[in-house]
Amino acid sequence: MIGKWLDIGPVTQIEPGTARTLPVEGGEEIAVFRTMNGDCYALVNKCPHKQGPLSQGIVHGAVVTCPLHNWNISLMTGEALGDDKGCVPTIPLKMDGGRIFLLREAVLARQAAPQAA
Amino acid sequence: MNAPQNFDRGGRERLVVIGNGMAGCRAVEEILARDPGRYDITIFGAEPRVNYNRIMLSPVLAGEKQFEDIVINPAEWYAGSGITLISGDPVERIDRKMQSVIAASGRVEPYDRLIIATGSDPFIIPVPGKDLPGVVTFRDLDDVNKMLAAADAGGDAVVIGGGLLGLEAAHGLSLRGMKVTVVHLMPTLMERQLDEAAGWLLKEELERRGQTILTGADTEAILERDGHVAGVRLKDGREIPADLVVMAVGIRPSTLLAKAAGIEVERGIVVDDHMVTSDPAILAVGECVQHRGTCYGLVAPLWEMCRALADFLCESPTGYSGSVTSTKLKVSGIDLFSAGDFSGSDGSEDIVMRDAARGIYKRVVVRDNRVIGAVLYGDTGEGSWYFDLLKKGEDISDVREALIFGQAFAMGGALADPNTAVAALSDDAEICGCNGVSKGQVVACIEGGAHSLDAVRSTCKASASCGSCTGLVESLLALTLGSEVKSGPKTMCKCTSFTHDDVRRLILEKQLRAIPQVMQELHWTTPDGCASCRPALNYYLLCAWPGEYEDDQKSRFVNERLHANIQKDGTYSVVPRMWGGLTNPKELRAIADAAEKYGARTVKVTGGQRIDLFGIHKEDLPAIWADLNAAGMVSGHAYGKALRTVKTCVGSEWCRFGTQDSTGLGVKIEHATWGSWMPHKFKIAVSGCPRNCAEATIKDFGVICVDSGYELHVGGNGGIHLRGTDLLCKVETEEQAMEMCGAFIQLYREEAHYLERTAPWIERVGIESLRQRLADVEEVRKLAARFRLSQKYSQHDPWAERAGGKRADLHAHIAQVRPLQMEPAE
Repeated sequence: MIGKWLDIGPVTQIEPGTARTLPVEGGEEIAVFRTMNGDCYALVNKCPHKQGPLSQGIVHGAVVTCPLHNWNISLMTGEALGDDKGCVPTIPLKMDGGRIFLLREAVLARQAAPQAA
Repeated sequence: MNAPQNFDRGGRERLVVIGNGMAGCRAVEEILARDPGRYDITIFGAEPRVNYNRIMLSPVLAGEKQFEDIVINPAEWYAGSGITLISGDPVERIDRKMQSVIAASGRVEPYDRLIIATGSDPFIIPVPGKDLPGVVTFRDLDDVNKMLAAADAGGDAVVIGGGLLGLEAAHGLSLRGMKVTVVHLMPTLMERQLDEAAGWLLKEELERRGQTILTGADTEAILERDGHVAGVRLKDGREIPADLVVMAVGIRPSTLLAKAAGIEVERGIVVDDHMVTSDPAILAVGECVQHRGTCYGLVAPLWEMCRALADFLCESPTGYSGSVTSTKLKVSGIDLFSAGDFSGSDGSEDIVMRDAARGIYKRVVVRDNRVIGAVLYGDTGEGSWYFDLLKKGEDISDVREALIFGQAFAMGGALADPNTAVAALSDDAEICGCNGVSKGQVVACIEGGAHSLDAVRSTCKASASCGSCTGLVESLLALTLGSEVKSGPKTMCKCTSFTHDDVRRLILEKQLRAIPQVMQELHWTTPDGCASCRPALNYYLLCAWPGEYEDDQKSRFVNERLHANIQKDGTYSVVPRMWGGLTNPKELRAIADAAEKYGARTVKVTGGQRIDLFGIHKEDLPAIWADLNAAGMVSGHAYGKALRTVKTCVGSEWCRFGTQDSTGLGVKIEHATWGSWMPHKFKIAVSGCPRNCAEATIKDFGVICVDSGYELHVGGNGGIHLRGTDLLCKVETEEQAMEMCGAFIQLYREEAHYLERTAPWIERVGIESLRQRLADVEEVRKLAARFRLSQKYSQHDPWAERAGGKRADLHAHIAQVRPLQMEPAE
């Protein structure tokens, strides 16, 4: 049986204050963030502005600044902050036993052609 | 009063002040502020120097300040205010009948009014050996100089007394490289200011910093060897070696003069609410007095006493009714505040908050819905608010639940705006503890025309000493002037009230060595900064502590973290270094191979005479670097706030117009300067003759060779705002050109703001000031030496490190999702 949550490995793989990428075959790459105080979030790795790779931005608080044009994106909601308007999809994430789990259906949701389960 | 007429003095009364310290001078300043022409003033000082801020001796000892920084009133002030200063000639006797004071030199000075401001003497515990050479107190600049001399020789120091003064002495000596032991009689450090919990946190922190702290330790004797101090023996028999012993167990009012003159003295010189002693012609102020049974050893009461004294002497008596005091410890990196009563007496309740991870302890003591005491350790930002509530005895029942979280929270979530908290402070709330300036005085000073931080500093002295209240003063500027804050130098970002210059200065002064420490010490308003201050702080620390500071990759913009330029599609471009624009078939072959192997969709020659490979994926970067390294190429730093290229023309080797070997010099300069991090990108060019084919006059540093030598140009920019260089100077040899190049770069590195190119930097500071500074051979030598030192630690090829496997996490994916094989085999 296919589990509801997808295990993507121990949280220690991500240094606090950084992000790492999770490519999804046939779908959109996901950025998994860990903030300085240890919270983790996952977003589609595309800025709503010009699709910049958010995973490469500077993380401060629960915000990432896109490396292309400095839009600030909330890690919690995916919304652009300040005067900028736009939103990037978030992927539900939970931590269990020091490992990061992403909601499978959200990870696969953005696949171009849905696969048969 | 029998004021004898004296026409020289314009009929003014003669005011003599004994004591040129903080109290004496402050009293005079207060009088002059009220009625400058009223008195003919003479000040006697025992120390042979002008008036200085005694409470700032600790930073002098710690090397954070120089004596000049803590002078309150320079010699011109005395002269300009018509004051006669007699320093180095202590008063020996007061003749009350003759209304005169007699100094050691025999000088007799008659007075109509006399102010005694003799301060206090350090208390010397009566143990054997107390008079040995090498045993010092911590009271004046001479003591500090003795300690500095001892620290130069190194060795062990014992500080007797774990109070405010003792700990500040211990901190300074420890920073100066001595091995320090603090011997404290009581079980808790600073027991008069701290409770046990805060005392323990403090002890732990000091021990972590390498000091040995002995509490409950009673000194029995000071030991001698060869006529000099050699150690300290405790009553329990322990012996501690010492080359220096600092006696800092306390102070007592200096009352000898007053006592000998028959003035009423108990523990201190007894004064009434107007600071008048038992002799109506004689007043006393400061640490030497006893007012309503209390003697004070802190600076804040002294300001209040001086106000009352001046009001009285200028015939508008207000009276002094005693002070509630608060304490801060001046040890950098340790934030500690205490005020009022926290002994936990009857009917009082404690509100406590702790945050162990951050080493924070806050305790507010409340009785009958009023704050009666507070102890804060680790986070003292709310100290002035609690102290204000305490002094005013305000009813806090409305905000009680939120009291411990601070003013902004308690007042209703105005967290985002620090100005709100400052606006809520009362007019008599203290803003600058070092100089005793209240909010009302700062506001008056701003309204009186001081419309910038510097103007406030020079007018009312707020924020002119340790600078920790700069944020408060800036808030007051903003509140008072509204949007018209004049020239308000821009703060670094929204996370701080400090400017770039302030931050750079404080990093050095307070010896801040890590980003979290800077944020903690300089009261950052965000937990971990933002995308604009983090890279700036990382650079400032890197520049301040070469070889020592560990670069924080997560505070770097992506290009500097991945050592390549991010492009609009999220791929990267890769530029290997080509020294002076030179390359060869082997390099070109390797570049061609790499371009094919890693699918570079575009290959372009750059404006800086190198080759750029576009479309490389993040995961492939270490591999392409390994290939380029193998052909002898290193990172070109085309992505960095760093030395980019050194563009050259072919020069005298080939060109029929060339005057010097411009290519050779360019290669040398690039070898000397590559790898250095800067406030912004930095481009160099060397042209072999004034035809300037290398376009040196639009570079940050440009060399134009001429027959007689080298013209050095700076501050050019070919970007959005085209700017031609300014001529810095002309030199004769390559060595001089190289030296000047290093010196100029280092000056730019040390003084420009982050993300400020040389062109705007020079427009801001003026080319003339740079020319002057770089005309000084000694300064050039020092700057160039600092640049070389810094280069020692920065000339490592970052590509080679990454190709060798370092920080693979920055390049590799955390995992991959392939829907058809998603389930791991059980």
